[in-house]
Amino acid sequence: MLRRASIIGGSGFTGGELLRLLHGHPDMEIAQVTSRKLAGQPIHRSHPNLRGHVDVNYTTPDEVESCDVLFLCMPHGTAANEIERWRSLAPLVIDLSADFRLRDPAAVERWYGEPHPAPQLLGDAVYGLPELHRDQLQGASLVSGVGCNATSMNLALLPLARAGLIKRVICDIKVGSSEAGADPSAGSMHAVRARTARTYSVSGHRHLAEVEQALGDIDIDATITAIDMVRGVLCTAHVEPTESVQMKDLWKLYRGAYTDEPFVRFVADRSGPHRFPDPRVLVGSNHADVGFAIDERSGRIIAISAIDNLMKGAAGSAIQSMNVALGLNETQGLGFPGLHPA
Amino acid sequence: MTTTATISSNCPECDAPVSFDRPPLNGQIAHCPDCSAELEVTSREPLTLELAPEVEEDWGE
Repeated sequence: MLRRASIIGGSGFTGGELLRLLHGHPDMEIAQVTSRKLAGQPIHRSHPNLRGHVDVNYTTPDEVESCDVLFLCMPHGTAANEIERWRSLAPLVIDLSADFRLRDPAAVERWYGEPHPAPQLLGDAVYGLPELHRDQLQGASLVSGVGCNATSMNLALLPLARAGLIKRVICDIKVGSSEAGADPSAGSMHAVRARTARTYSVSGHRHLAEVEQALGDIDIDATITAIDMVRGVLCTAHVEPTESVQMKDLWKLYRGAYTDEPFVRFVADRSGPHRFPDPRVLVGSNHADVGFAIDERSGRIIAISAIDNLMKGAAGSAIQSMNVALGLNETQGLGFPGLHPA
Repeated sequence: MTTTATISSNCPECDAPVSFDRPPLNGQIAHCPDCSAELEVTSREPLTLELAPEVEEDWGE
């Protein structure tokens, strides 16, 4: 029997990716998709790739009926205000905003500038990255989405953090324009965004809160730079280690963490043009490519990860988490390997 | 009845097992299945693999 999924706020980029993935998912069917702005219009108004594939018109949020899974794709700070209503409509709610990513109310206020409207629920929500919380996701009723930059850092650094190898780390992150969402801004217009290499967050990006929560109390910062790319995150993490390591040590750590992970691949080749992760080959894919190296002069570890921000960094992880929560095959609906050339 | 024993050693770069279906020749080139390192057979008994020289990519000006 197919399970029915609805999406609140489905006209944005993550909503479009959820629709694409749910359409191809053998265990799911799309029930309702909401957009106040586009209510009554076909979803291909905002997701032209789905014309002829998903024949659904947008409804308003007030018309949403009960379903099996409810995805929330609203701006940060919106979902939490009505979370009880959304949870009354479905036994599984997955919120792709930042509203339920952090467990500590004080951390929410510190990083997002306002107190959380439903702090009593923060402990109930499971952070939706199966590589971190697969056991807790099974049977969960409230799942948070993940930050795309946070995911790139978490997956690059997780094996090193578990081994206590991180004394200090600086992440240099390059991102594509779709990270900014579907609503236009002064920084997103073509004349400003095209052919740029514009650093927009030099330190203290709020996704660091998710990394500190996931990896523990480590000394970390990140610089985020917008580059001429539509999809993708490339994280290059420069790690000052607590002790000297060799490449064989790193291979052992990364194999230990990820060998059984269906969506994490190692890219650390010694030859050829594709030696380290490149987000371009991950467009549309739920894979996270991870690589690593050691600077022989300083002993510094360089850990690199690449993801599609709309997939492993948002909708892909949400579908993967849904699969785990519902007891489905974890990889169901996520088989697309990406494009090359893209 | 004959049996075929797999001949293997470990990659000097990442320590992954590298197997051969038949005894390799000295100088033979193989690739590590994990890290794709190009490996040269430098001894048959004991089987010894060493990293082959790699082509650098340097666009600095």
